[in-house]
Amino acid sequence: MNGFASDPKTMHSSSRALLDVRGLKVKFKTNRGEGTAINDVSFTLRRGEVLGLVGESGSGKSVTGMSLMGLIENPGRICGGQILFDGIDLAKLSDLEMERLRGKRIAMIFQDPMMTLNPVLRISTQMIETVRAHDDVTLVEARRRARDALGQVGIPRPEERLDAYPHEFSGGMRQRVAIAIALLHKPDLIIADEPTTALDVTIQAQILSEVQKLTSEYGTALIWITHDLSIVCGLADNVAVMYGGQIVEYGPVAEVIRSPRHRYTDGLLNSVPSRNRRGDRLRQISGFAPSIFSMPQGCAFRPRCSFADDACHQTPPLATHGNHAHRCWHPISSREGLGS
Amino acid sequence: MTTWLAQRLVQSVFVVLVMTAIVFVGVNVIGDPVSILISPDANQQERARIVAEFGLDQPLWSQYLSFLKGTLQGNFGNSFVYGMPALQVILSRMPATMELAIAAILLSVLIGVPLGLYAGLRPHSFFAKFMMAGSILGFSVPLFWLALILIMFFSVYLGWLPASGRGQTVDFLGIGWSFFTWDGLSHLCLPVLTLSIFKISLIMRMVRAGVREVLPQEYIKFARAKGLSRQRLLYVHVLKNIMIPVVTIIGLEFGSLIAFSVVTESIFSWPGMGKLIIDSINVLDRPMIVAYLMIIVFIFVTINLIVDILYTTLDPRVRLSRD
Repeated sequence: MNGFASDPKTMHSSSRALLDVRGLKVKFKTNRGEGTAINDVSFTLRRGEVLGLVGESGSGKSVTGMSLMGLIENPGRICGGQILFDGIDLAKLSDLEMERLRGKRIAMIFQDPMMTLNPVLRISTQMIETVRAHDDVTLVEARRRARDALGQVGIPRPEERLDAYPHEFSGGMRQRVAIAIALLHKPDLIIADEPTTALDVTIQAQILSEVQKLTSEYGTALIWITHDLSIVCGLADNVAVMYGGQIVEYGPVAEVIRSPRHRYTDGLLNSVPSRNRRGDRLRQISGFAPSIFSMPQGCAFRPRCSFADDACHQTPPLATHGNHAHRCWHPISSREGLGS
Repeated sequence: MTTWLAQRLVQSVFVVLVMTAIVFVGVNVIGDPVSILISPDANQQERARIVAEFGLDQPLWSQYLSFLKGTLQGNFGNSFVYGMPALQVILSRMPATMELAIAAILLSVLIGVPLGLYAGLRPHSFFAKFMMAGSILGFSVPLFWLALILIMFFSVYLGWLPASGRGQTVDFLGIGWSFFTWDGLSHLCLPVLTLSIFKISLIMRMVRAGVREVLPQEYIKFARAKGLSRQRLLYVHVLKNIMIPVVTIIGLEFGSLIAFSVVTESIFSWPGMGKLIIDSINVLDRPMIVAYLMIIVFIFVTINLIVDILYTTLDPRVRLSRD
C-alpha cells in the first residue's frame, strides 16, 4: 500500500531509531504577528520505546505531536528541521503520501474522548473506514477486524457494540474505541495527546495499563503527551520536558525524576502534590507560560526563574551528560538536586 | 420510533384541526361574499334564497360543523366562480406550482451546497469572499424587482428566454409537465431562477457556517489522523454533521415555495396555485380560499413531519431524546 516502504520490521535492524526528530521548528503566522511554537526540537525514539512529552499548555508539546502527524494546519507550518521516520523525512512528504502513512504507520489518540468520535456516525462506520482507507479488504473482513480490535481493548460484546453510536458509550469506553481505531493497523508509532486527562482516575489507570499492555505486545513505540509527570513516571522510558517551544530537559525517566537539572523540571516536580509532606505549603511555579507571540529573549523560562541572571538573555545550548540533556545556564548540580 | 411516529401523527392531525377553525373564522371575518355573488338589483326574496342555498343564514358554529364534515370527506364546497369543487380546481393547478417549487429547491441545493462547502473550506479565497458578498445581495433584492430585471435582460434585451406562461407540456401520469420539453424548460428558467436566488444565498451561508463550525472539531482531526481521504472527510464526516440545519431550511423553504410563490407566478403568468388564490381572494371566493389554505396547512405539516423523520436518521442523538 505504501509506495515508499515495505514492512520496516524486516528491513531494518532494531538498533536504528524509528523516529529521529532533528531541529524541528514550527511557526504560526497570524495577524498578531509570527510566533514560533516549536524551536529546535530534537529527540529520537526506538521501536517499542515510550517517550513522555511533558509540559504546560502552550509549551508546544501538542504542536510537536501534530507536526509528526503532518496535521499542522494554516496558519502554522513546519519551517525547519527534519522528522525522520524510519528513514523517511515526513516534513518533505506530499499531502497524499502523508495521508497514506497516517493511521497506517503512525496513529494518534486525542485528549477528549467525548469529542474524538464523530457523533453522527456509527462506531462500525468509523472503524471500517479506517481499515479500508489503507487496506483493500472486503466490508466483511474490515468489520471482522474492527470487532477484533474492539475486543482487544476490552470492550464487552464487541459485535453488538460495533453498531452503536458514540453517545451510547461512556467516556472511558469511547477512549477505548479511539485506541482500538489507532491500533487497527498495528502502527509503528502511536502519539497519545493527553488521552487520560479528561477521564476519572480509575478509568485513567485502566486506560494506561491497557495502552501499556497493547504497545508492548505489538512493539509499538509511544509518545505520551501530558502535563502530568506522575503518569510519565510509571509509563515512559524517556522523558522530554518542554517549555516555550523547546525541550529543556531530556533523559531517562528515573534519572530526570531523581535528579532534575533544569529549574523548570524541578518546579514541575515540586508542583506534584503527592510529593509534598502533609502540612507543607503546596509549592508552585509562579507566573504563566509565555505566549508564542511574546517569547522572552534567551531562555524562555527566565522571567519565572529565581536563578536567572544576565547570562540567561542568551539561549542556553543543549548540554548533554551521557543520555541526560538540559538547556540551562544554571543547572541544578546533582548534590543540590538530591536536596530539593 | 413507531410510538414517536404515532404521537407525531396525532399532533399533526390536531394542528390541522386547529387550523380549520382559524381559517374558517378568519375567512368569515374578511368579507361577506353575498354582496359579490348577488347582483345589486336583486330583490329581497332572491337574496334570501341564495343566502339559504349557500348555507350562509346558519349560525357560524353550525356552518363550521358542516364545513368540517365536508372537509373530512374531501369536500370543501363548490367554488363560487368556477362552479366546480374547489379542491378539484386547486389540484388541477397544483402540478404547475409543484414543478416550479421542486425545480427551484433542486437548483438551490445543487448550487448552494457546493458553494457553501467551498466558501467554508477556503474562507479567505477571493471567490469565497465574492460569493459571500453576493449572497447578501441575493437576500436583499426584492423578488418582484429581480423578476422584472430578469425578464428585461433575458427576454426583452437578449430575447433568449420566454417571459411568461408554461410553454409546451407533456402529459405524464395524467398531468401536464413542462419538465419534459425544451420549450417547457425554457419557460421554467426565469421563474425558477427568480425563486432560487434567495434560497441559494441562504443555503450557501448556512452550509458555510456549518463547515466553519465543524472543521475545527476534534473528530475531524481524529478522522484526518486515521488517514482518510479529503473526499471522505468532507462528504461523510463534515456534510452529515451540518445537514440538520440545512434540511430544516430546505423543508421550510420548500413549503413556502409551494404556498407563497404568488408574486413570481403572477409576474410570469405561471398558471399555478398562487395565481389562482390571488384571483380567488379578489372575488372573495370563500370555498377556494379555505380549500387553498387547508392544502397549504396540510403540505406544511407533512413537510415538517418528513423533516423530523430525517433528523432522526441524520443525528442518532435526536432519536434518544424523543423516546
